[in-house]
Amino acid sequence: MLYNEPSPLEVRVLSRRFGLPNSASIDTYLATDGYKALRKALEMKPEEIIEEVKTSNLRGRGGAGFSTGMKWSFVPRTSPKPKYIVVNADESEPVTCKDRVLIENDPHQLIEGMLIAALAADAHAGYIYIRGEYRYLIDILDTAIAEAYQHGYLGKNILGTSFSFDAYTHTGAGAYECGEESALLESLEGKRGIPRIRPPFPAVVGAFQCPTVLNNVETYCAAPAIIRDGGAAFAALGVPKAGGTKLTCLTGHVNKPGVYELPLGFSVDKMINEVGGGIRGGKKLKAFIPGGSSCPVLTAAECEGLTMDYDAMAKRKTMLGSGGVVIMDEDTCMVKVALRIMRFYAHESCGWCIPCREGTSWLRKTLVRFHDGMGQRDDIGLIGDLAKNMLGRTFCPLGDAAALPTISIVEKWAAEFEAHLNGRPCPYENVSQLVMA
Amino acid sequence: MADLVKLTINDRHLEVPAGTLVIEAAKRNGIEIPSFCYYEGLALQAACRMCLVEVEKAPKLMVACTLPVAEGMVVRTETPTVQQARKSMLEFLLSNHPLDCPVCDKGGECELQDMVFRYGAGESRFTEQKVHEDEKQWSPVVFFDMPRCILCFRCVRICGEGMGVNALGVVNRGVLSEIAPNKGDHLECDECGMCIDICPVGALTSGTYRYKTRPWEMEHVGTICTHCSNGCKTTLGVRNDKIIRGNNRDRSGINGEFLCIKGRYAFDFSDHPDRLQTPLVRTGGKLQPASWSQALEVVAKNFQDVKQRGGRFGVIGSNHTTNEENYYLQKFARQVLMTNNIDHHRTGDVLTLLDALSGRNEALATTQDLYQSKAILVVAAELALEHPFLSFQIRANYRHHQAHVYAVTSQPVREDKTATVIVRAAPGAELSAVESLREKLKAEPELIILYGDAIKGDGVRKLVAFGTSLGIPVKYVPLVDYSNSRGAVDMGLMPELLPGYQPSQAFGLTWADMLASEDLGALWVIGANPLKNAELRARNAFMVVQEMFLTDTAQIADVVLPAASAYEKSGTVTNVCGEVQRLKRAIQTMGAKPDLEIIGLIAKEMDAAAVVGPWTSDSVFEEIRKNVRGYDVPVAMIATGGAAQTMPVNGRIAVESRTDLIRSTHDNLFTSGTLGRYSKMLNSVLERRLNYH
Amino acid sequence: MTFSPELEAKFDKLLKSYPPGRQRAAMVPMLLFAQDEVGSVTRELVDEVAKRVGVQALQVDEVITYYSMLHRKPLGKHHVQICTNISCLLTGGEELWKHACAKLGIGHKEVTPDGRISLEEVECIGACSWAPALQVNYDFHHQVTPEKLDQLLDRLRKLT
Repeated sequence: MLYNEPSPLEVRVLSRRFGLPNSASIDTYLATDGYKALRKALEMKPEEIIEEVKTSNLRGRGGAGFSTGMKWSFVPRTSPKPKYIVVNADESEPVTCKDRVLIENDPHQLIEGMLIAALAADAHAGYIYIRGEYRYLIDILDTAIAEAYQHGYLGKNILGTSFSFDAYTHTGAGAYECGEESALLESLEGKRGIPRIRPPFPAVVGAFQCPTVLNNVETYCAAPAIIRDGGAAFAALGVPKAGGTKLTCLTGHVNKPGVYELPLGFSVDKMINEVGGGIRGGKKLKAFIPGGSSCPVLTAAECEGLTMDYDAMAKRKTMLGSGGVVIMDEDTCMVKVALRIMRFYAHESCGWCIPCREGTSWLRKTLVRFHDGMGQRDDIGLIGDLAKNMLGRTFCPLGDAAALPTISIVEKWAAEFEAHLNGRPCPYENVSQLVMA
Repeated sequence: MADLVKLTINDRHLEVPAGTLVIEAAKRNGIEIPSFCYYEGLALQAACRMCLVEVEKAPKLMVACTLPVAEGMVVRTETPTVQQARKSMLEFLLSNHPLDCPVCDKGGECELQDMVFRYGAGESRFTEQKVHEDEKQWSPVVFFDMPRCILCFRCVRICGEGMGVNALGVVNRGVLSEIAPNKGDHLECDECGMCIDICPVGALTSGTYRYKTRPWEMEHVGTICTHCSNGCKTTLGVRNDKIIRGNNRDRSGINGEFLCIKGRYAFDFSDHPDRLQTPLVRTGGKLQPASWSQALEVVAKNFQDVKQRGGRFGVIGSNHTTNEENYYLQKFARQVLMTNNIDHHRTGDVLTLLDALSGRNEALATTQDLYQSKAILVVAAELALEHPFLSFQIRANYRHHQAHVYAVTSQPVREDKTATVIVRAAPGAELSAVESLREKLKAEPELIILYGDAIKGDGVRKLVAFGTSLGIPVKYVPLVDYSNSRGAVDMGLMPELLPGYQPSQAFGLTWADMLASEDLGALWVIGANPLKNAELRARNAFMVVQEMFLTDTAQIADVVLPAASAYEKSGTVTNVCGEVQRLKRAIQTMGAKPDLEIIGLIAKEMDAAAVVGPWTSDSVFEEIRKNVRGYDVPVAMIATGGAAQTMPVNGRIAVESRTDLIRSTHDNLFTSGTLGRYSKMLNSVLERRLNYH
Repeated sequence: MTFSPELEAKFDKLLKSYPPGRQRAAMVPMLLFAQDEVGSVTRELVDEVAKRVGVQALQVDEVITYYSMLHRKPLGKHHVQICTNISCLLTGGEELWKHACAKLGIGHKEVTPDGRISLEEVECIGACSWAPALQVNYDFHHQVTPEKLDQLLDRLRKLT
């Protein structure tokens, strides 16, 4: 099922089956090149699969953007321990809702992606870790898994070869932190989602202390296309250092929010104004988040000439992240945005390390007070200072995720903080943010 | 030896073994990198972020506690960035930490307080509301004050990894995270108090110590625990001749930081109101207070009388008194009273082991060996309850060196958790069950066998034969009960053995024989309670008891002499592994005297002082070193608080072990014979445990 | 503790899904699925799950207090979870939240006196492109307006 109209500007590779009748069924899948890549991969050597993925320039779609081919090559294939495939379907980064549509519309694509990764890593079991809120996706996936077993794409001696693979779904129960790969593994093992000390990385010591390939849903979903049509074809869709397409979750003050598959390197301006149909009410752009709430926030000026790819974002000192785009119009209160983002991270901090545990809580309290009009001039400096004291010093990336947007907002929109000083009510509070649909 | 890696820390060129963590490399070279969560020997956490350092070529500050050294690494620990980072961590920590140092037990020895003094952040920019929770009592021993907790997880790890108990966990998340006990609102655990001592702040406080004093008001005296046979160092905090607390935070003994509930809290018998503080002499059928000189005169006169009329003496010594006292006592008995009728309560078969080994001294394991041996076999023993330090060592060995542990017992034991193979055998059948492990044990490079009192006599010989047949180096630990059970055997508190396992010319009466003898003229009991569940046949025998309390035995004595406890005297004791350590006097109890002095004074009163020699512990120990085989240990080693292993035999022992007299009391963590009955803390823990069950 | 045959079947499948000796891995799914049936994570449930996966109750407590979807207190039959995270905030999520609170007269993690509806202000639920969004139990409702919310709540009140 689709929740928004597709855009003619999309390049639909991973989403090619979206909108087809019964798109989640194995019949639809098989009728549209489904499991062809698996047949091809079964003929390939693991090194050849990895090489093809390297050629595709596929980079991790969960947010970190690490080369997928490289990541797969780190798994010690010859280790006597069992190897595992783990799918990160926790999709916990705010503003991100793409894995949900990928699984809902095309679960077999994900299963085929897992199988390809399993062939590359000599793995024989895989777990799909799905956030607890996505309960209906577990049912969809369990159905798809059962279909795949029936058709011989899962289980023993897949397609008559010596290759065997079992797939399982596993539900989370509400924790942002479990989207971090090592915390996800802890959670998968039935523990609190506290990240692990790394190294060793999951490729070597992962699920159940065994070598593990751990990628985001979208990353696995790209694998069938890469193997089927070749890594070069996938790479050619994107920019030189990042191949393929990216599912982008367009949200906030745009006329046509939705999940769109856009080639890497797509213009931000085009994305807002053509794909997204422009800003609601003809308002002006004030702020832009490119890839989930943990990215530094950009001003309208910084969005000029910007494209949606890893390197372009890095040049503007932000990140492509998970593909969760937020468009904020001129009436948005940036103090409120900073506060809401911090409230989230304070809620989700696992409590393991001092700077994140204490820093997010402190910042949340100070931002709430500040937005309520009880701020003092010193608080503005303090907010930036505390965020910087967290930055780069926490146990896992959650601290940075909380610090980066905060630092960017307090530095770029200092005037808005000034405007909240000394008991003045929030200047934006009277502007209704509610858009009547 | 591991390969050495060259690196520089603060421009100092260092060479350390590969794999060393930067924080350790720095510490070993006198460079302090502060930390809360890092604790040597426990799992790494990287949680407190206090140990952030600059490493050349690293994009951001690195955590020194999880970073292994690398060739050519350049580390800086005192740059402005590092200092700023530390200060900011402390600022974060203090944001929710109450500033109640003036009423906090930890004040003065608080790691957080020290760090704030050293690294700044004394002024707070935090003006929001602090997270607060009321203090909770988790057990008679453990109190938890959540706001003070900095979540370093040391307590959770020492309880789980160190003790193998796992009674503490973490609940909630984020700023509301807190440490929680295993039974919802209370603890069910060993009550060892390790969590309290390892806590860097005042979050976990002790039921016995809280609000009593300040650390700088105490004298800290490191001595040896007087309870079980493991020989743990306990550092007693003393103020005004009163022991306020016990711990081993300086990790000075063989036990490192380990202490069980008894070592840490059960010193309180020493000022129990029932403590004897004046001699008692039976007059008119009743024990009446008397002066020391009167009491000694009565003893000397009666001993002389019995001796002159050729009556029989019986002397029963103690498992708790020092080697010097035991040696001196047997010398007194044999050379002044001219009797071999001397015995003590035997709790394990040391004798047969030493005979079976016949001089293979290298086959006696030390407590350190338990931490290092590649394989350990526990036979018929409940170590975690009866020998908690030995159990701790084995767990540490398993954790740090992946030692193979084998448990052959009739009941589930804590060693099961770390065991490679668990064998359950019916009580009494443990020894034959060991045979099933033969092939596995043969494949081990080395082995230590610990055995309980169920294995004795022929059992011990069979066990040694089994060990020898494995064809690998095997060491043994014969488990015994009390703080100087081993020393009592070594010093010849036996009718058949002189000090150093030399057979006596004529075997005297055993303990049981003395009680059964019809014509016993005098019975002299020192630090023992033989009449607890027994009767003295010779009702008219003159009976002298040296004791701390009016025990069942003391109650029917003719003279009771108030004795000092182990915490009130000097001397040496020998632990279960044969390691000699020195007691250091912590307090004095008015009226009581050390047994050595009492025996000396009796000798003097009997004009026999010249025979037994001076009654100072140093001079007696010198005599022991000369005369008792295996005790010629380096004095400097024990004088400086160390432990020296004794090598008691070098050949066969021409005496059969009286296995019928060997019986362990199997005191558990919360009992300790007479001493335990007079420890309020142990009793309150027992009472509370009963209430919960 | 006894569960429905469906839930028992789920448990059986879960316990077989993980490598030998790793049955603790089933703990979180078991708790969540059982909560759906029992209504909350009761003391009894904690002990039962602890027993079935072979851990101490404390280890289950550690886990349930970590995950925000596991609740010790019973929730309403219809648990209405309104997202106010950034994308929903920008499109009226906070107004929806206030509206629901006012209409039902209950607040965060509270239950109506009849036990029918409970409210929770939740973090991002993964419906950002169709914001503002909410979930009733596990069902998503997208592009919710105050009017739609009114209709929904009225319907839930009547639903048996």
